[in-house]
Amino acid sequence: MGPQPTTMLDGDTVHRIVWIPGTDRLRGWCWCGESRESEDPVELWEWLLAHPDGHPGRGTAPAPGPAPRPRHLVGA
Amino acid sequence: MTTTSFARNQWYVAAYGSEIGRELFSRTVCGESILFWRTEAGEVTAMADRCVHRRFPLSENPSRLDGDTVVCGYHGFTYGADGVCVSVPGQKRVPRTARLTSYPVKEQDSFVWVWIGEKDKADEALIPRAPWLDSPDYTTVRGMEPLAARYGLLVDNLLDLSHETYLHGGYIGTPEVAETPITTEADEKAGVVYVSRHMDDAACPPFYARSTGVTGRITRWQDIEYHAPCLYLLHSRIAPVGAPGPRADGSDPDAFHVEVVYAITPETEHSTHDFWAVARDFALDDQEVSDFLYDSNRTVVLQDVVALNKLEQVIASEPDGTQELSINIDTGGLAARRILKRLVEAGAAESVAAV
Repeated sequence: MGPQPTTMLDGDTVHRIVWIPGTDRLRGWCWCGESRESEDPVELWEWLLAHPDGHPGRGTAPAPGPAPRPRHLVGA
Repeated sequence: MTTTSFARNQWYVAAYGSEIGRELFSRTVCGESILFWRTEAGEVTAMADRCVHRRFPLSENPSRLDGDTVVCGYHGFTYGADGVCVSVPGQKRVPRTARLTSYPVKEQDSFVWVWIGEKDKADEALIPRAPWLDSPDYTTVRGMEPLAARYGLLVDNLLDLSHETYLHGGYIGTPEVAETPITTEADEKAGVVYVSRHMDDAACPPFYARSTGVTGRITRWQDIEYHAPCLYLLHSRIAPVGAPGPRADGSDPDAFHVEVVYAITPETEHSTHDFWAVARDFALDDQEVSDFLYDSNRTVVLQDVVALNKLEQVIASEPDGTQELSINIDTGGLAARRILKRLVEAGAAESVAAV
């Protein structure tokens, strides 16, 4: 696995897309904890922003895998 | 109802504070011609730049300031700092409706911010901050270039720094910039897009080597923070490889920082005020460094202006919805477009509800 992705924003409605190091693929995380891979940023944003359609979330479960923990709060 | 591509009920940068004094000053923001001047006490005021009588621009000669009033150069209608007409020619009675639309303004971080929308919704706490620009711990160079292109094209441009390598090769691009993976975060509720590119082992661009004295490999972070619709911040941090990171209290004494700030203010549907500033926390008194940063950033801005002016002509000539192609580097720009679309729709809906 590559280095941890950079995460900066905090908050309960942050959607995040990480360009997976060494690949052409993107992984998106919804704030609800669900994630999904894609090669198309348009499709991935549509999926994220459609919440809860297609991914009702897992409540307060932590995000999977190399999942981003915010380092600090910005824009507060 | 008229529809525009502007997000209403938002704060926009109208000017640098230094542009506004005891001369009448006009600038168009989101299609509205606004007159700015300072009162004798030094407060900035903003009101419509059209006399209510025959629409003469109050910024045009021979209109003039007289104390804390502005006198129309056509027939002498005279307005106070709140935009209310205090005298009209040849009669004692001033019509009740003789008042200029006034605009909420706030001077902050060297900018003059103006609220475009319903006045009772203007909340100064919503204005995003760029505290470096008037901090004594930073030295700032800055400018403003007119752009003959819609503001969305500049947002697209600034949210994707991989264009540096191509459009600005030799100035700020290095090979690592186009090759390093990126994290894009979007906070829909706050209207913020954050794009992070942290290069942990990069070549030190010659400019940084010269001005900071760092000679070896560096960690180079580029963090874009876009507060839709108007304020764009690029936090650029460089430190020798192995130096400690930022501390928990937010201080970061082991690194050098350049804060690049853009204010992206729509002028009309097809033109934009491109405010730019570069603040640094090193070599504060070095005029050569200031000159270099001014010249190189202005060069970069003008390269963007030439490219985007051309792009505007192309897009304006094509039907709406002409297909384009987005790839990974566009992830941040796409997030910004989504947020802007939502802000435009929200502002339009509130305007309708208020009628």
